[in-house]
Amino acid sequence: MSTGTTHQDGTEAESFANSHLLDPAATTASQDEISGEIADIHEAYRQEVLAGKKAETQPRIDFAPYRSSLLRHPTKNLHHADPETIELHSPAFGQRDVHALESDLTIQHNGEPIGERIVVAGRVLDGDGRPVAGQLVEIWQANAAGRYIHKRDQHPAPIDPNFTGVGRAITGPNGEYSFTTIKPAPYPWKNHHNAWRPAHIHFSLFGTDFTQRMITQMYFPGDPLFALDPIYQSITDAKARDRLVATYDHSLTSHEWATGYNWDIVLTGSNRTWMEDEEGEH
Amino acid sequence: MAQAPELKLVPTPGQTIGPFYGYALPFEKDNELASQANPNSVRLHGVITDGNGEVIPDALLEIWQADEHGKVVSRDGSLVRDGYTFTGWGRVAVDNVGHYTFTTVNPGPTEEGKAPFIMLTVFARGLLNRLFTRIYLPEDTKALANDPLLASLSEAERSTLIATREQDGSLRFDIRLQGENETVFLSYPRES
Repeated sequence: MSTGTTHQDGTEAESFANSHLLDPAATTASQDEISGEIADIHEAYRQEVLAGKKAETQPRIDFAPYRSSLLRHPTKNLHHADPETIELHSPAFGQRDVHALESDLTIQHNGEPIGERIVVAGRVLDGDGRPVAGQLVEIWQANAAGRYIHKRDQHPAPIDPNFTGVGRAITGPNGEYSFTTIKPAPYPWKNHHNAWRPAHIHFSLFGTDFTQRMITQMYFPGDPLFALDPIYQSITDAKARDRLVATYDHSLTSHEWATGYNWDIVLTGSNRTWMEDEEGEH
Repeated sequence: MAQAPELKLVPTPGQTIGPFYGYALPFEKDNELASQANPNSVRLHGVITDGNGEVIPDALLEIWQADEHGKVVSRDGSLVRDGYTFTGWGRVAVDNVGHYTFTTVNPGPTEEGKAPFIMLTVFARGLLNRLFTRIYLPEDTKALANDPLLASLSEAERSTLIATREQDGSLRFDIRLQGENETVFLSYPRES
């Protein structure tokens, strides 16, 4: 674990003392400029939908308000492929790969982590509403102060020696998962001046076909930073954005222990069943 | 091919992997689908670059492939590699100069006459959703010529999907997210 001062790779020493010094080129834009760019893109999208265009369900990969996307998105349209054998299947994971205790992020060290203990639980479904059973779910997140265990996170907020912020689970027969963790805090980043990410938990998911593989972020209801965040707002459609926001669920809250949030994840549609059915018809 | 059936539920949006997955996603021997001691093992490697041709030092890649005989395996144990079990799936965080290496085997054709390929998915900070592509093996030129996806591409696009066999037997496959020789990335039926 790096504290921001040890460097085995010979890079220039970083420390808390200079961590507030941001890359000038990356921070020239103000929040107002970024928010204005987001508003323009969203308004253009709204007009397209009014003109009959199908609602978008995924983020734009070309989304200039998120500055890091500028040089990291393909400029050509994705090319349609009819899935072949390997693309109709997915790697298998099981209890051999993941210990049951890995879904509790609050028991990985000698003491209790600081912060609001929460349970995040839900189901992984495919686009046909079928549960994705026995598949791997991986999560990672900042701690209750908004700090990640990562040498590149230089936010001068405390590391919690009792919290790494990493968990894994294998979904149950109905696609269900449940993690016990600490509610993460928002944290600053360098997209623009005074940029803050809404609190979130990263989720990595597999389906029954590898084409359903996805990584996303789960957010918490009512976060005041939603409107300001170019990563969240890269999803131009409001209904689609809402799908990344968990719901507070008192039935998941446990007496004198933890509050509960529900979040179901829907992957894209499997192509195996219908393509095999079609093959069988010949 | 018939029309894919409509989805019943709307898929959840993806988001960028961000920069801080380091303690979560990499694991011991994550990029070793096969042991280096396996005489049939091959190195698959390359570099990922951005629209300026600069290397991307914080991408995460995953591959998924059939075994040497073209069989799609369904075996757990990827996260706890034993050096013997081929699970068909691997993961690697690229290094500081955007370079990656997998140790794997050459996938066989999943059906007689099909061009063998490895599925690749790309995640990176700055990349708001994952990208999929195929890494074709270069040898079976007849199968490559008959491949429906490759046939639908221009010569320049096609060349971005076919790995190069190096003298030592390694497969070289570079990934260009944007710009000159931009890698062809794929979409599949039933994504929305």
